[in-house]
Amino acid sequence: MSVVPAGTLYRGKVGMWSWVLHRVSGVAIFFFLLVHVLDTALVRVSPEAYDIVIQSYKTPIIGLAELGLVGAILFHGLNGVRIILVDFWSKGTRYQNVMFWIVLVLAIGITAYFTPGHLDRILEF
Amino acid sequence: MSEVKEIAEIPSFTVTLSIRRFDPEKSEEASWEEFQVEMHSTDRVLDALHKIKWEQDGSLTFRRSCAHGVCGSDAVRINGRNRLACKTLIKDLDINSTITVEPIKGLPVEKDLVVDMNPFYQAYKDINPFLLANDKPEKERLQSPEDRARYDDTTKCILCAACTTSCPVFWTDGQYFGPAAIVNAHRFIFDSRDEQADLRLDILNDKEGVWRCRTTFNCTEACPRGIEVTKAIAEVKQAILRGKP
Repeated sequence: MSVVPAGTLYRGKVGMWSWVLHRVSGVAIFFFLLVHVLDTALVRVSPEAYDIVIQSYKTPIIGLAELGLVGAILFHGLNGVRIILVDFWSKGTRYQNVMFWIVLVLAIGITAYFTPGHLDRILEF
Repeated sequence: MSEVKEIAEIPSFTVTLSIRRFDPEKSEEASWEEFQVEMHSTDRVLDALHKIKWEQDGSLTFRRSCAHGVCGSDAVRINGRNRLACKTLIKDLDINSTITVEPIKGLPVEKDLVVDMNPFYQAYKDINPFLLANDKPEKERLQSPEDRARYDDTTKCILCAACTTSCPVFWTDGQYFGPAAIVNAHRFIFDSRDEQADLRLDILNDKEGVWRCRTTFNCTEACPRGIEVTKAIAEVKQAILRGKP
């Protein structure tokens, strides 16, 4: 029959992009948790191996990724609250837009609050 | 004594439209084709499509019927967003750059801007879009203004499919009932005269029902009738959890 044309990217607004960000941050957190469960489980296999693995994380790149992790978890968690409010609060759908910007400001703000102290620790590596 | 005033000329301008063309008899692939048309500031995108079809390329295929935002035939994607071509004034778009017009997404394209609406109508039929009541009343069924207002928003639907085909879930999962079907279920679920809300709630309490909604709000933003679609879906979700409207 017919071919579905690819066309342009749909120009959705805040709601659509918050959903995309929620998915991306969710997948990123999942991969972190996977690695985290594996490296923590290693302590039962061999404490020495565990120390080596944890030591290997102390690089500037992983340090910066940890900041990304804080940001991703903050966004994902706070946006989760926004989605709950959209679903259960009778006025949630009217305020979804402003709630998204509150989520974003909080996520970036709290991450920024952690950043100076964390950068100091990274520089000690 | 009437003074003859010269009627000011309506400003006109040249716009470039890039239209997604697809003809299964010519090519397997869809492609973009540009047209330049002289338009007035009072013209809508539908007028531009007409002008192209009547003056430049008669093979351009699109649907339209009433051409005044009531029949819901001409939902297309204009500059990346689902709109009715007959309700979108060209002057409200950025006329200095190319205006893109493409078919709505997620339904099979038949030719140019025409898509197969049958999967969309099927989801609509599946939610029983008619009053279900057992009694046979002697006169009309009375309803208080408050009860009528409960579902007023969802009576506005014209079944243009702009909402359903703006939904990222529907693009990837054609089995999803989609916003329009849920809006029309909402219209009867919250109607005090209807007796089969449970039946519809049961139909929508499905893997492909309301729980597929990811609240992206594309549907609410796309609706040419201004229906708060995501709100209606959220109300149906809550009704399912409560077990009653």
